[in-house]
Amino acid sequence: MTDSNGRRPAISRRDLLRTAGAAGAAALVPGAVAAATEVTPATASPEVAGQGPVGSALPAETAPFVARALTNLTAREAEILSAMVDRLIPSDEMGPGALDAGVLRYIDRALSEAESDAADAYRAGLAALDTYSRYTRGGPFIDLSTVDQDSVLIDVQIGAATGAGVGFVGGSGSFFNMVKSHTWQGMFGDPEYGGNVNFAGWDLLDYPGVRLGVSPQDQRDLEAGQLEPVRRSAYDYGMFE
Amino acid sequence: MTTQLRGTDVVIVGMGAAGGVAALPLAEAGLSVVGLEAGTWLDQRDFAPDEIRNNYRDWPMLVKKAEQERPTSRATSATRANQIGGHPMMNAVGGTTLHYWAQSWRLNPWDFQVVTETTARYGASRIPYGSTVEDWPFGYDELEPYYDRVEREVGISGQAGNVRGRINSRGNRFEGPRERDFPMPPLRWTAFHDRMAEAARSLGWSPFPGPAAINSEAYQNRPGCGYHGFCNKGGCPINAKNATHITTIPRAVDTGNLTVITRAHVTTLEVGSDGRVTGVNYVVGSNEYFQPAQVVLVASYTYENVRMLLLSKSRAYPDGLSNNHGQVGRHYFSHHQGAGVGAFFPYDLNSWYGLPAQGVAVDDWADDNFDHADLGFIGGGNLWIMSDRRPISAANMGTYGQSRNWGSAWKRFIHENSDRTHGSYIQKTTLPYEDNYLDLDPTVTDPLGLPVIRITGQFKDNERAIAGFMQDKMEDWYREAGAIEINRGGLGNTMGASTHAYGGTRMGDDPETNVVDRWGFSHEAPNLGVLGASVMGTSGARNPTLTSQALAWRTAAHLVESWRDIAE
Repeated sequence: MTDSNGRRPAISRRDLLRTAGAAGAAALVPGAVAAATEVTPATASPEVAGQGPVGSALPAETAPFVARALTNLTAREAEILSAMVDRLIPSDEMGPGALDAGVLRYIDRALSEAESDAADAYRAGLAALDTYSRYTRGGPFIDLSTVDQDSVLIDVQIGAATGAGVGFVGGSGSFFNMVKSHTWQGMFGDPEYGGNVNFAGWDLLDYPGVRLGVSPQDQRDLEAGQLEPVRRSAYDYGMFE
Repeated sequence: MTTQLRGTDVVIVGMGAAGGVAALPLAEAGLSVVGLEAGTWLDQRDFAPDEIRNNYRDWPMLVKKAEQERPTSRATSATRANQIGGHPMMNAVGGTTLHYWAQSWRLNPWDFQVVTETTARYGASRIPYGSTVEDWPFGYDELEPYYDRVEREVGISGQAGNVRGRINSRGNRFEGPRERDFPMPPLRWTAFHDRMAEAARSLGWSPFPGPAAINSEAYQNRPGCGYHGFCNKGGCPINAKNATHITTIPRAVDTGNLTVITRAHVTTLEVGSDGRVTGVNYVVGSNEYFQPAQVVLVASYTYENVRMLLLSKSRAYPDGLSNNHGQVGRHYFSHHQGAGVGAFFPYDLNSWYGLPAQGVAVDDWADDNFDHADLGFIGGGNLWIMSDRRPISAANMGTYGQSRNWGSAWKRFIHENSDRTHGSYIQKTTLPYEDNYLDLDPTVTDPLGLPVIRITGQFKDNERAIAGFMQDKMEDWYREAGAIEINRGGLGNTMGASTHAYGGTRMGDDPETNVVDRWGFSHEAPNLGVLGASVMGTSGARNPTLTSQALAWRTAAHLVESWRDIAE
């Protein structure tokens, strides 16, 4: 298809992710700094390389891994957002959570692509989340207990964190819904976009996977609980490269 | 500097659902046709089964003309209109048929004669207050041969319920008589569809599989549906969805008589001193062209058809082309498709692999298929149960009060229940009203500086009454099939923009109340034709595309037969 010229890089993002993969996602978890510095960063995507606030924009003490892992979010913003999505979909006995699944990378990359209009809303919203935590729970969001983090997020979700001086633009609920929506996309969408690492989201749903053809027998097997899940990106089917 | 192009017999503005169909009979008749399309060709390699791309981002559209011309919308003329968030349609050869649901219904005979039938059965006072509804200028029987033709040319699967008056209870016993069966059997059902059909029967209703422009088996050298689950706003990677870019348009190109110009953004139509249309102006990037033509058929979407006419002002038509009776933009309505009902089941539905056009329909409460004597409305709705589930949308399901919608408790909930909800689709009779209309927005413009369309529209008591009535029926159906929780949407207020947008260039015999005549040609500019749902005066309780396509074929066939009268 001639229209695809120039739209898809010669080296696909997926190929790069395959090497950076889960290690890149782990690099985004606060506390995983030591491990992450050993691995290939996940930034080499041709669309995003060389763009955005890299290096000098970041506070020196937290810069090392985040600077190479993220393009749009500062280290401080990434810490707050990490803590937030970790409460939205925690890692627990049900399996990996949003951070394990690369949701932070999904969001950061989306802010360079389809969701570039949302960058300001993230910047303002994450700062407001932190401000609200300090005002009402006595500390920055990332230092709160998980119980307090959840209670803050409930306030934010229902719009109760919208107060003078806090800084949520257009109400805290719209910020919450935006982050939740992108978190769900990163957790449950195609891994092509940097999230759903190791198909963690699809496993949680018992989604039987992307198939181009589903025969009547496949459907009957699904109904009998006997259809083996497929774990492939749509772009693993060669025709969409 | 405008480049003057060589003249042609016919220009069609828009190579989508309607224009893409009309091109075929014209080209086959030997007329020279130029098809102007704002978008580009796309093909199956562009149609990855990718939920983020299809349902959350901008799909593979390379041209975003529609997106840059998003209408503004308001409920009434007393309120302020705001630009809508996204345009429901897309630009490409084939138009929105590339990613539509492909439900391909014929209207019910009642839809063509709402005034006459309602008056005869219940009295003239039952026509809702303020409605400008008229009978169509012809009945179902007149359109039947064109429905039949398009069902074969495009490729429609389904189960006939009435062949020449012979009722088949496996199909829709309420449908108008058809000349023959569908060219393909219906799409398959899953165990959940069987269960819902059984529940409908136990309520005394008549369930049947719906019609779809999707191959249920190999047809026209393309394969049957793969049921991959990404059909909702997704193109088909195996070409089993019969969009016009793989059906009628290539066959028209193959005659040697259709030239498709892509990235052609039409701005206005030109008119001569005699009031006849002389051609169209379009731009490709920063280049301007004038394409002269004997006949112009506008076949873009409802909003753009109306907009092009209103923007084409001339000495002969100072208020816009074909608008000397003030009817362009009137009798507009968005189909009432909201007021949905959701259900939560205690068992898995196994709906991951399906499509919106695969399902169970019930027409017992549609149109005038039931007695309205003691009801406060006319018309009704089509109940539709489909398979349509993808991972992100599944994870966004409502939790029916069983969990917060995030956190560890939610993870347990969604692991158990991701495949246990269902949302119904209920299309309802929607009527035109005096104070619902389209015009040009006084302030909002597109990047060329031209005003966008402003929608002023509100659902009225009749639509809202149908919506509540249908929600009751839908809840009964879900409960019968074992649903343990039900939720209902609001009954509807502001119409807003829609994928089912009707009127604005309504078809009828009376030039005082209609823009085009019974053949789809302007009452005022005789060599201007209009294609698409903008000519439809009633919606029925079902998707408009097949009716638009049958009307487009009929207008094109009439043009071929009456070429001298219309073109010369």
